[in-house]
Amino acid sequence: MQTRWRTVDIVVAAVIAVAFAAVFYAWNNLWEALNGFALPWRAAIYGVWLIPAVLGPLVVRKPGAGLFVELVAAVISAVMGSAWGLSVLVSGLVQGMGGEFGFAATGYRRFGLVNAVIGGALAGTGAALMDLGVLPYLPPMTTGQRWTYAILVIVSSAVIAGAGSWALQRALSRTGVLDRFPSGRERVAV
Amino acid sequence: MSARESGVVSGPESGGEAVVSGPQRSAAAGGWLARRDATAKLLAAFLVTAALMTSLEPVVALTVIGALLAALPLTGIAPAVLWRRGWPLLASAAGVFAFAVLFGERHSPVLAHVAGLDIRRDAVGYALRLLAVALPGIVVFATIDPTDLADSLVAHLRVSPRFAIGALAALRLAPLLAEEYRLIRLARRARGTRAGPFSTLFGLLVAAIRRGIRLATAMEARGFDRAGPRTIARETRFGWPDGLVVVAGVAIAITVIVLKFAYA
Amino acid sequence: MGSVEFRGFGWRHAGRKAWAVRGFDLRIEHGERVLLQGASGAGKSTLLAALAGLLAEDSGEQEGEVLVDGRPAREARAGTAMVFQDPQTQLVMRRAGDDVAFGLENRGVPRAEIWPAVDAALAAVGFPYGRDRDTAALSGGEQQRLAIAGAIALRPGLLLLDEPTANLDPEGARLVRTAVAKALLDLDATMVLVEHRVEEALALVDRAVVIGEHPDAVWAPGAALPARKAAAAPGGPLLRAQGLVLPHTGAVVDEEVLAGQALAVEGPNGAGKTTLALLLGGLTRPAGGRVAATAELAGRDAARPPHRWRAARLAGRIGSVFQNPEHQFVTGTVREELALGGASPAAVDELLARLYLDKLALANPFTLSGGEQRRLSVATALAAAPRVLVLDEPTFGQDLRTWRELVTLLADLRDEGRALVLVTHDPQLVDSIGDRRLELTR
Repeated sequence: MQTRWRTVDIVVAAVIAVAFAAVFYAWNNLWEALNGFALPWRAAIYGVWLIPAVLGPLVVRKPGAGLFVELVAAVISAVMGSAWGLSVLVSGLVQGMGGEFGFAATGYRRFGLVNAVIGGALAGTGAALMDLGVLPYLPPMTTGQRWTYAILVIVSSAVIAGAGSWALQRALSRTGVLDRFPSGRERVAV
Repeated sequence: MSARESGVVSGPESGGEAVVSGPQRSAAAGGWLARRDATAKLLAAFLVTAALMTSLEPVVALTVIGALLAALPLTGIAPAVLWRRGWPLLASAAGVFAFAVLFGERHSPVLAHVAGLDIRRDAVGYALRLLAVALPGIVVFATIDPTDLADSLVAHLRVSPRFAIGALAALRLAPLLAEEYRLIRLARRARGTRAGPFSTLFGLLVAAIRRGIRLATAMEARGFDRAGPRTIARETRFGWPDGLVVVAGVAIAITVIVLKFAYA
Repeated sequence: MGSVEFRGFGWRHAGRKAWAVRGFDLRIEHGERVLLQGASGAGKSTLLAALAGLLAEDSGEQEGEVLVDGRPAREARAGTAMVFQDPQTQLVMRRAGDDVAFGLENRGVPRAEIWPAVDAALAAVGFPYGRDRDTAALSGGEQQRLAIAGAIALRPGLLLLDEPTANLDPEGARLVRTAVAKALLDLDATMVLVEHRVEEALALVDRAVVIGEHPDAVWAPGAALPARKAAAAPGGPLLRAQGLVLPHTGAVVDEEVLAGQALAVEGPNGAGKTTLALLLGGLTRPAGGRVAATAELAGRDAARPPHRWRAARLAGRIGSVFQNPEHQFVTGTVREELALGGASPAAVDELLARLYLDKLALANPFTLSGGEQRRLSVATALAAAPRVLVLDEPTFGQDLRTWRELVTLLADLRDEGRALVLVTHDPQLVDSIGDRRLELTR
């Protein structure tokens, strides 16, 4: 596998980040404003915010894709006016690393459902650790509440960000739009 | 978004000089802070944020919030802009405060007793800290122009130019993608179906990837993937005003730590 | 510098069964200006990409050779520059000057030399603004001129242009052609230009080369076009725009959309044509004035404006065909797209046959060619059997054969008693089937 990133790898990975950052921007402010009241719900759909961390590697299939896509999305969120400023960068870094490890674990040779789910779960674990241990955006919770939050986040990430990204990449592949990528070559020749 | 943020752009024009120079940093918000180097601003904000993370004492957070608001005129950010970017923060802090008072932990000291509820120090501290941590980030990013950021990261932090400029180029597609998103939603209605969020997101991703491939092809055609050194047409200087920004960040961070121990 | 030779050249994209181009021979001498024409799918873009050295070895299979100045095109990239069709998706930087400088930066040109070259290139194309102009604030024609400036700043020996005026209104297209002519005066370069609509491009070139198996699909001056204006008198009104305000320009529109008539909406980009199409299509809310349906179209719903109708009812009365067909695709196969509105399998089969899509029934809509996608989007709009069809730039980028098919289809639909609203800047379309014209100004 060629490890050097082509221009098209860089730009499309960044564009995926841009697309998600734009969609999140519309939702984030409202969703985060409900923080505190909507905590359990937010934890249950947390995986949506981690899709880029897994979809990036699935599409581009180069080392560093998870990290790059999440970082770009975080920088764009911050520049566009995220209410969380700098911390999205740290979140993005940790989430991206989680997604990355899901594929680094098998040497970037396997990009199937199992790797995707693991990547999603790891990204969710990173996010939960950040939210509970480092970032200041959660209210002070009891131990029981913290465990509930963490489990919800991790499961949500494994399912939505992991399996969901895998299904998304396969659907994208069927449209032919990924033909310039190895992830699109799985499609039967047309 | 660049159209929204673009204001007066500074930079010397050529005008018959022997050496033609390029534009210096653009001034996204037109203030002193806007003209400072992006890496310096990031570093300062990061130091302040990291220091704040170590304490839950409400007074510490209040100090930082107060200092930043007092320095607002210097940053060139209009209060209206701050509100537009920051209102979810206030709402979130309020939500955190409410959750903490109603359901949260019960072992920090009670500061006040209002309407039958105990207001504990941690509840106040968490809410204020949330504001204090996020505020430097908002201020910094409201004054950073993406092109300047890319140039600064490449020049000062040795970020790979291919990745920085590649991301910058993709960012240019953001307004186009926003427009496509709108049309895709309208197209769903025209088809007689309601726009499910996943269906629309999928359409947007396909459109985004198509555009990304076209952009990448155009960049390649202009030699972007050529091996060998790449020059930067714009100058990125790091002068003493930029150093001043970093020093200010260090000063605030130290103040925070000192206050934390003073109130412990 | 800049001589070109194809020797038995063939290319097959990875993942495709068919060859994009095969057994192609062509020789272009240094300094020649050549127009490359062919039917859609004949391989013109592939040939240009090959000349620009953009066909990477791992992205497909090559036969034969493509040489620039006697060297393989992939090695000769430094002397080649290319301008692409979509103005907005080839600009890289926010400021105009920075974008022109981009190519120079990539080649490692020293900073002191970059800016004089940028200024010279901007002047050579007649760019009307300074270096600091926001590229997002430029019109399509200005953006294309900027792209041309970026291309010539490197003083290439071979200049390639892939349908540079396709996305532009006639005024923008004219400015771009002028810019190309002006830039070529100073540049000792070979030029290869791909364009569908040739009349104006002919002035820029020395010879025209037609490729592919369907020479009749190529636009040529004097080609016979179908004349299909309405033979019968139009029926009653189905939609009315009353005091309808177009937000960006403040223009006010008062028009009736009549059954059995094709209304052509013309005007430069930015005049609000797409906005009007969305308003008439019942997709957006008017900022001022109203869009009203008549009882003949909407029965009891006529009292409510179209943008308040339920989506399924709207699709059954007013169908919209968007400029970019891909925006409208919702399902995974052509057949499912047509069945989406609840059309019966028999109706779906009929539509497939009518629009020559039967062989593609199981294909994913996104994999279709541009012309096929256009036909599919018209078919999906027809599936709900609306009486009004609003089409935004329906003939965009079509070769002559698919253009003729589409125009004949639209004329048939109109003659069946439907109302057509055609938003377009294609003068030949208007001449062929336009019964009434509405001109919007900026």
